[in-house]
Amino acid sequence: MPGRYRVNILEKVINVKKTTLKRAAALGLTALMAGSALAGCGGNNSSSSTDSKAASNTESKAADGAKGSVYWLNFKPEIDETLQTLAKKYKEDKGVEVKVVTAASGTYSTTLTAEMDKSNPPTLFVIGNQQGVKDWGDFALDLKDTAIAKELNTEAYNLTDANGKLVSIGYCYECYGIIVNPTLVEKAGHKMDEIKNFAGLKTVVEDIHKRAGELGFDAFSSSDMDDSSSWRFTGHLANLEYFYEEKAAGKTWTECPATITGEYLPNYKNLYDLMINNSLAAPTDLSAGGHNAEEEFKTGKAAFFVNGSWEYAAVSETVPNAVMIPYYCGVEGEEKAGLNCGTENCWAVNANVSKEDQQATIDFMVWLVTDPEASKTMVEQLGIMPYKNAAESTNGFLKNAAAYDADGCYVMDWATNYQPNVDEYRKDLVSALNAYNADQSDANWEGVKTAFVDGWAKQYKAIAE
Amino acid sequence: MSNTSSGASVKTAVDGKPPKKKKVKYSSGHSSMTKRSLRKWCWLFIGPVFASFIIGFIWPFLQGIYLSFCGKFNIISNAHLQGFENYVKAFSDETFFHSFWFTALFAVVSVVLINLLAFSIAYALTQGVKGSNLFRTVFFMPNLIGGIVLGYLWSMIFDGLLDLWTSQNLVDNEVYGFWGLIILLLWQQVGYMMIIYIAGLQAVPDDMIEAAKIDGATKSQTLFRVIIPNVMPSITICTFLTLTNSFKLYDQNLALTGGKPSRLTEMLALNISNGYSNMATRGMAQAKAVIFFIFVAALGIAQLAATRKKEVQQ
Repeated sequence: MPGRYRVNILEKVINVKKTTLKRAAALGLTALMAGSALAGCGGNNSSSSTDSKAASNTESKAADGAKGSVYWLNFKPEIDETLQTLAKKYKEDKGVEVKVVTAASGTYSTTLTAEMDKSNPPTLFVIGNQQGVKDWGDFALDLKDTAIAKELNTEAYNLTDANGKLVSIGYCYECYGIIVNPTLVEKAGHKMDEIKNFAGLKTVVEDIHKRAGELGFDAFSSSDMDDSSSWRFTGHLANLEYFYEEKAAGKTWTECPATITGEYLPNYKNLYDLMINNSLAAPTDLSAGGHNAEEEFKTGKAAFFVNGSWEYAAVSETVPNAVMIPYYCGVEGEEKAGLNCGTENCWAVNANVSKEDQQATIDFMVWLVTDPEASKTMVEQLGIMPYKNAAESTNGFLKNAAAYDADGCYVMDWATNYQPNVDEYRKDLVSALNAYNADQSDANWEGVKTAFVDGWAKQYKAIAE
Repeated sequence: MSNTSSGASVKTAVDGKPPKKKKVKYSSGHSSMTKRSLRKWCWLFIGPVFASFIIGFIWPFLQGIYLSFCGKFNIISNAHLQGFENYVKAFSDETFFHSFWFTALFAVVSVVLINLLAFSIAYALTQGVKGSNLFRTVFFMPNLIGGIVLGYLWSMIFDGLLDLWTSQNLVDNEVYGFWGLIILLLWQQVGYMMIIYIAGLQAVPDDMIEAAKIDGATKSQTLFRVIIPNVMPSITICTFLTLTNSFKLYDQNLALTGGKPSRLTEMLALNISNGYSNMATRGMAQAKAVIFFIFVAALGIAQLAATRKKEVQQ
């Protein structure tokens, strides 16, 4: 019998005597049962405890005139610890239960999908862009005229749906651009004032790169194209193209356009070429990744680093005078350019939970942006909060952004947030840029252009209903 | 992935054995009391496993089939039946077809290479070479490392090697990606299959080989006429495992190439899971998963039936 024969083989595979095999099987079964029994107990325990919690909740609700609770599904793993402390503090101060759950990096959308289906869904969650408004807008409470909306000092980071419902409001914003180490620029015999446009930037960068051996540092830190770094070029840097396209058309996008023209792609190329060809890493090594751009900048091996305001805490440890400058790329009038500012950190309140929970959630939000201590903790983590009574920002790069603003420079908004089917779009762009990095030919740049412009239309179509 | 599936099949086969033995034992030695109480209490033992199987496999599987017929949904309780649209979309998705052919080619090449190599090594190591136990252990060890870790390790090795004669890296060229995946899978699975073949080879009765020798059979005649027909059960298992493993390959693919460049090295499982992250393509991904299941199941059964016919009875 083939079946029996096979068992013979497998016994030999495991190479143990039958008794040992039996004992092992018995042990395994016991372990499995114990495991499932434990799991069963655990499940029961937790459910009974939530049941009792729910029961006590309803009791206490009845007792002190309806007190809701807050459940925040957070999408920034780096602020989880801070939020847990704040939640505890809020519980101590106000006696309201705040539960904070953080989705693992890159899994927010699937976590939200699962959590929203539960009997106790999040009361506070994130809708960060127009796609989010389309997908989750129905779940969001209209925040117009709520206590938290009245605390805002700008409407710039709010998201509304087609009917004018205020779906989500920004709780912090961020900026990106080119981070510069002024000490190194001066060491190379240049002045920061020289960098007012692309021509100025190019002169300084190329001079530093040429003399890298003698100076002991290079111009740009490496521009790796692996997944941990490529977003700086396929997401952030690409923004300059979209933004100038918007600007030329005279209106900001409010939803994803079906096509883009790629009119400013030569400007993207200007800056991209400058970055990859005047850097510590050879362009051909970029697709494999493995360089640490932040470390290169922090240790003074490179004078320029493409990144955002969230890097301030890390960078200022060793380069306290680091500044952020705009993406100068050779567009006319760019002397008046500011940084790329925007956000995907927007709060939405769940419309499908009880009135008490909604109220408790809004109260908690107001506390976060008004309480001196709480807002200070938040600002330290998030950089800046666009609220009237929030603590002031200590982030140097955001101060740079404000200074550009005060000088009357235009803010480059995050048009990049509209990239259709973003993961796939960027993957194609990474592949095209990799081909270009390996061999900087015109044909390969055509490939980049195809991924950038035609790829947009292709992905727009792929997700259109 | 590959580990669990092969592990599972080992377990079921092993589990399949004791009851047979027990039956004999109980009916001869023990009273029917034991039998009755066993019948009474067996649910206590089977129950937990059965329940977790339903919760962890049957239910999600049925729900998955249902969702593949639903329109765009954000949460599962919001899904509404829509019809066959997702299937139409899936069949008109170019990336799905590319992944299919890429995976099919990959499966053919890897099944042939893995089995040839594994059998050859097993044959060599059963010829009484000195230190064959050490070799067996060493060849088996790669199988103990997880696919993600292997993927990242090998991507570094490949990039280092490619650097010697080209400016391209592994993720720049789908041909490199394809062979990279093949080499990785060979390295990982040859040892495992080798162990199964060794067991099969050791089970070939010595008197048969001796008889062949006396009859004047040459070494190659003995191999092809006596040994291989006798190890057909091992070949059945190994081809089944390698075939399904190749089709279901996911973590190695994700870590080694991640589908780069431009989804050209994206295999079926990765193609499906990439579609799930976007709400607009979620239903389609679900439909692809159902198609994928039917295909792999049919292929597996067909292969089992075909090779089983060749097995000889002892």
